[in-house]
Amino acid sequence: MYTEQTVSERLAAQGVTRRGFLKFCSAVASLMALPPSSVPAIAQALGTARRPSLIWLPFQECTGCTESLTRSHSPSLESLIFNALSIDYQHTIMAAAGQQAEAARLEAMEQNRGRYLVAVDGSIPTKNRAYSCTAGHSHYDTLVESARNAAAVVSVGTCAAFGGIPAAAPNPTGAQSVGEILGAEGITTPIVNISGCPPIPLAITGTLAQFLTFGKVPDLDDLGRPLAFFGQNIHDRCYRRPFYERGEFAESFDDEGAKKGWCLYKLGCKGPITYNACATIKWNNGAGFPIEAGHGCIGCSEPGFWDWGGFYRPLSQGDWGNWRTIGGAVAVGAAAGLASVALSRARQSRVAREGNP
Amino acid sequence: MSQRLVVDPITRIEGHLRIEAQMQGDVIAEAYSSGTMVRGIEIILQGRDPRDAWAFAQRICGVCTLVHGMASVRAVEDALDLRIPPNAQLIRNLMIGMQYVHDHVMHFYHLHALDWVDVVSALSADPAATSALAQSISEYPNSSPGYFREVQQRLRTFVEQGQLGIFNKGYWGHPAYKLPPEANLMAVAHYLDALAWQRDVVQLHTIFGGKNPHPHFLVGGMSCAIDVNSDSAINTKRLSQVADIIGRLRFFTDQVYVPDTLAIAGFYKDWAGLGEGLGNFLCFGDFPAADATMKDVGTFMVPRGAILDRDLSRIHEVDLEDPAQIEEYVTHAWYEYSVGKDKGLHPFVGETKLDYTGPQPPYTQLDVAQAYSWLKSPRWRGQPMEVGPLARVLLMYATGHEQAKELVDMALSKLEVPVGALYSTLGRTAARTLETKIIADAMQGWYDQLIANIRAGDTDTHNDAMWDPATWPKDCRGAGFMEAPRGGLSHFIVIEDRRIANYQAVVPTTWNAGPRDPAGRAGAYEAALKGHRLHDPNQPIEILRTIHSFDPCLACAVHLTDPDGGELVQITIQAAP
Repeated sequence: MYTEQTVSERLAAQGVTRRGFLKFCSAVASLMALPPSSVPAIAQALGTARRPSLIWLPFQECTGCTESLTRSHSPSLESLIFNALSIDYQHTIMAAAGQQAEAARLEAMEQNRGRYLVAVDGSIPTKNRAYSCTAGHSHYDTLVESARNAAAVVSVGTCAAFGGIPAAAPNPTGAQSVGEILGAEGITTPIVNISGCPPIPLAITGTLAQFLTFGKVPDLDDLGRPLAFFGQNIHDRCYRRPFYERGEFAESFDDEGAKKGWCLYKLGCKGPITYNACATIKWNNGAGFPIEAGHGCIGCSEPGFWDWGGFYRPLSQGDWGNWRTIGGAVAVGAAAGLASVALSRARQSRVAREGNP
Repeated sequence: MSQRLVVDPITRIEGHLRIEAQMQGDVIAEAYSSGTMVRGIEIILQGRDPRDAWAFAQRICGVCTLVHGMASVRAVEDALDLRIPPNAQLIRNLMIGMQYVHDHVMHFYHLHALDWVDVVSALSADPAATSALAQSISEYPNSSPGYFREVQQRLRTFVEQGQLGIFNKGYWGHPAYKLPPEANLMAVAHYLDALAWQRDVVQLHTIFGGKNPHPHFLVGGMSCAIDVNSDSAINTKRLSQVADIIGRLRFFTDQVYVPDTLAIAGFYKDWAGLGEGLGNFLCFGDFPAADATMKDVGTFMVPRGAILDRDLSRIHEVDLEDPAQIEEYVTHAWYEYSVGKDKGLHPFVGETKLDYTGPQPPYTQLDVAQAYSWLKSPRWRGQPMEVGPLARVLLMYATGHEQAKELVDMALSKLEVPVGALYSTLGRTAARTLETKIIADAMQGWYDQLIANIRAGDTDTHNDAMWDPATWPKDCRGAGFMEAPRGGLSHFIVIEDRRIANYQAVVPTTWNAGPRDPAGRAGAYEAALKGHRLHDPNQPIEILRTIHSFDPCLACAVHLTDPDGGELVQITIQAAP
């Protein structure tokens, strides 16, 4: 059944012009913050690639991450990525059910051994593996089995990446992240974390596009997240930042400051310690992001954010102080090069993880 | 011969659902519905700030995103007796309305359609005849022969590549598929159109709530301040975007969703006599008037009430806080109650203590005589109830909602079926479509009221009188509810010392997909599947049709067992990984 048609041939056959194809490549390049000169390389890579198999495994999840995937915008980008992948197992959209669904997964794993991609949404319970099952098999076992021969595992969303809400205190089911499980099982398949609750749609599709183009995982921060989407904190990119600098803060959700778009720091905004592209890419084709709708960032792309002590509690002075020091280091790092950014990011992440802001 | 049929995973739903069905020959004698995943969010909520609860609760579901956040802020507002500004009420109505239209359209095209639409058959359609069909039922502009030829060509290329992806191993060619190739091609085209449409219309949530999925909410109102003279609030630009989106929601509903439903239903009238189940229906009601609170039930657009045994002449009053009315049982669920397994508890005193007693994986079947699901069994005055679009449309129909009556009568006469056809798999699916039109049209009215308020100088969006927990009573409790797209949803919060002492959510799919109660009464899914005749147990499309007509929101399984406890013949529907 398999034909060796390339992505570009396939797109051409579907009526997508060469120009449309190059436009797609440009979109991929700009998503990954690559220079325009990289477009031919991307076109070359995609032009010769076969459509890789994607197996999407849902565990302790709410399907918000899959919903986010369907929201991927940027006209025609999503449909092109759909055409660039063979989505062989995805509970929410696949036609097959029951034994046929499971057979599709096993067949894809068998035929694409070592080459298929696994995406996971949801955490995995360890207190009792029976807490989360499909087809009578524990999700723990399904993850281990599916990840072993995958080219890479993409943890989509904060639950898969860091444990997320099931792992929030008191973590009733002993929920763990994909990375924790695979680490414990000694499985070395590369993991990419695309955090967020859910992740920004383009962070999901953009990361997949990056993998398809270069055949390897993108550059990651110390939490395993692609720098293209998680390299900057929301506060640094926020359009309300000038009001912070001037000390102009909304004091309530409906006061003059709120109406004028002043900084939401006093209303609990976690933008300064949250790394995500909400303030730049924004949500739903640039229609906005939470701060633009007057609500502080809740920190949903960071490990342990559910237990930070309250969405409306302003970051404390101590953490604020830490953040300012670190923020300065990031600024210097950005000028000096990516390595120092990564270094200061590592420090920042430790603050986020241990600092209880 | 008695056989057990297991379908797991039930796909094209939210979550992990397993159905086990006990067959007598080719007929389902008994069905068992099981949710196979647990997270314990109600436990996680204990001890937290009630103002934060919405964000936790919202993660119960990301498909019906918004609904749990909404029920949660309403629960806290009920506990604090806090009134929200009219603008916030209208914005919430608009956000809920958008959720309905989006959710129902996606359910129809992306989750349910493949039960009725044979994608492969679309390849043999005549594009010109497809165009004629499309133009005969609607004014939707994407209807030329060239348009359908292009969609067909894309599909053909896709199929010929041999990598079928999400369409792999569907039941294509099954005799249960009755649509002519042209109707199949039209539906495939609209599947793709709906996917593009839905990405745009969700921007209404982004404008008011910052993002979708999982927009932000706020106890006491909304966080999106209104100021038409600001570049950073809800201003003329954003209001215009909202108006534009409402137009697109209504257009797609009128010109694509409603005509497609009626056209497809016309080929499946045999399903107007199948899949009813309980005959009991429950609604909490929703869409309050702008200046009303959630206590002003009389102002709701969707009324509150219960219907028993299909008796539309008698609407029973419903009180969520009455311990005699709503109780949850755990007899067949993997939880422990301090009062024992066979007693029901009202959610205010509800308990969530995990007690898994099922088989250790890998397993092939559940012991349905014992606990077999992570769903509890909610009951209203002891009765299992169906919630959702059919319940709402029946309530509106029975209480004289004019547009509902008009739409139902129009659909029945077009399909030439009697009122009794509503109590079926097809009726449930059609009810979902009809209520979408009612709600999409109502959105225009809420928008107009919002504009009128702003014009009159009212820009309030948040009541912060009780924002500081120091202003709260030491102990209080509240019930928050809404009509979620999938049915009546209720959250119950008990606040002690300004923290959450107990939190219980009774969700639509718990009503519909819950297991048997101590009296052995089946839940709505289980009752609806009973009596289905399967053409081929290896391709149980009939089970998918009825289960999908409820629009499940969990991970479940279907299970057929021998009622006499005799030897079961296992049909291998479930593959070992």
